[in-house]
Amino acid sequence: MQSSEELKNIASQVRRDIIRMVTQAKSGHPGGSMSSADFLTALYFNVMDQDSSKWARDGKDQDMFFLSAGHLTPVYYSILARAGYFPVSELATFRKFGTRLQGHPSIQKELPGVVQASGSLGQGLSAAIGAALSKKLDKDPHTVFVMCGDGESEEGQIWESAMFAPHHKADNLIAMTDWNHKQIDGDTEDVAGLGDLEAKWKAFGWDVIVAEGNDMDKVLAAFTDAESRLGKGNPVMILFKTEMGHGVDFMAGTHKWHGAAPSEEQCAEAMKQLKETLGDF
Amino acid sequence: MKKYTDRGKKDTRSGFGAGLLEAGKADARVVALTADLKGSLKMGDFANEFPERYFECGIAEANMVGVAAGMAITGKIPFVGSFAEFVTGRVYDQVRMEVCYGKTNVKIASSHAGITLGEDGATHQTMEDIALMRALPGMVVINPCDWTQTKQATIAAAKYDGPVYLRFGRPKWPDFMPDEPFEIGKSYVQNEGKDVSIFATGHMVWEALQAAEVLESEGICADVIDVATIKPLDTKTVLASVMKTGAAVVAEEHNMAGGLGELIAGVLAVSSPKPIEFINGKDLFGQSGTPDELLKAYGLDAAHIADAARKVINRK
Repeated sequence: MQSSEELKNIASQVRRDIIRMVTQAKSGHPGGSMSSADFLTALYFNVMDQDSSKWARDGKDQDMFFLSAGHLTPVYYSILARAGYFPVSELATFRKFGTRLQGHPSIQKELPGVVQASGSLGQGLSAAIGAALSKKLDKDPHTVFVMCGDGESEEGQIWESAMFAPHHKADNLIAMTDWNHKQIDGDTEDVAGLGDLEAKWKAFGWDVIVAEGNDMDKVLAAFTDAESRLGKGNPVMILFKTEMGHGVDFMAGTHKWHGAAPSEEQCAEAMKQLKETLGDF
Repeated sequence: MKKYTDRGKKDTRSGFGAGLLEAGKADARVVALTADLKGSLKMGDFANEFPERYFECGIAEANMVGVAAGMAITGKIPFVGSFAEFVTGRVYDQVRMEVCYGKTNVKIASSHAGITLGEDGATHQTMEDIALMRALPGMVVINPCDWTQTKQATIAAAKYDGPVYLRFGRPKWPDFMPDEPFEIGKSYVQNEGKDVSIFATGHMVWEALQAAEVLESEGICADVIDVATIKPLDTKTVLASVMKTGAAVVAEEHNMAGGLGELIAGVLAVSSPKPIEFINGKDLFGQSGTPDELLKAYGLDAAHIADAARKVINRK
């Protein structure tokens, strides 16, 4: 169990990894990776009962995590590497020919930690619900976690899943939405009128928590709260209010960094703002 | 050389229901999901026998495919059932990413396929699904021909480790295949001849056998081969037959594009080109009618198969 300060240090390194991976690959999705870095760091280092040395795709007798918003591979791969699923040095291969670190998660090359392919949006929540119901069938008391983007929540399948999970009492599931209000074409309200996600998820029968997603203490409190609500008949949704590009001043709060790579100069500027805590890859 | 006996008519979807129940009894990992079509797909016996392993998904096929993938990842053997159009075209992206690219052990049970669906009309008469499913890397495509073969193919699909597309239909159709274990990847020779090879899949196998009887009365002996597994194709059996007869007819309840006809034509083209005729949909949508009316109207019945055989023999 890491302290809040230790988690912040890990998250700082994860953000450095994100920027450096995307810069070196000259492509990728830094914006949402930066907004979700804090709660995903907390999830992997403090919350989930999952041992990287015993990882298996079937998730038997462990907690599981599904990344539904598959474009967020920079944050996902950095955290998996930093948590010991594969060598940190492999982050340098991100998006390069022959890599296990595909632009979007793939199980074809059996990268440890990756449970399922994702990238076509709106689908990972369904898969996570399936895994959760399967665990209930097996009387496996572990929890299934899944992360969606807020823009992703414009997909119709998300709302099919939203209706399905409470009906089947998937109360061993904690879903998270990275509510950064930004998507590739602009603000979520300008693009699609996403509206009041809290009211929407509640209306579909979920136990909803709204929390600050870039404040480590509040993130930890939200997870503690979420875990206390498990096993009570309803799936849990944590809406993490975050800032796209959080952690680097010129990237923060704009959709322009959703899927754009920084230049070498911008990368160097970003590095000045993010403490190297665990050693760069 | 006739190898079959007509035991009366039964719907292939009921064969699926019977196979699902048997597979569920044999293996506790088998689970079943449907999108509000339990009755149409005859999944009721499984649901009654194993209520905890049966998941009603409501009219939400995309979520159903994703849920099944998650269950497969965690060790289950899910069968998702709906009408052919709704488990292929409607959820193509889900099947592509969650099932095939994601390498999950999901079985797609596709009912009411083809024009013999009948009165529901073109929206439900899927004539493109084989093409869609064939195009996906890693997908096995099975289109059994009668109740018994559908039951056995369902049991075989449960035992096979990987994605399977299992296509069957609505109408009551002659049941004639022996009740023997189904081998994925094998084509079954149902009538042995020397003059022409008739390859058929699904309901069309019976039509092909009827055509062969007519041809026999004219002194034409046809190989009739039930291509129950379309992918992977039993190329050995296909080539052996055409090498013997020197001419081929391919019959399917599917459009030309991406169907069995193109597949076999491709195999022959690279091995040993021979005259070939196609009995299939010509880039069409169907319409309401009885199965027999529709097969006749769109040139898919036994009489048209016999005509194609005569024609292709003349082209040798």
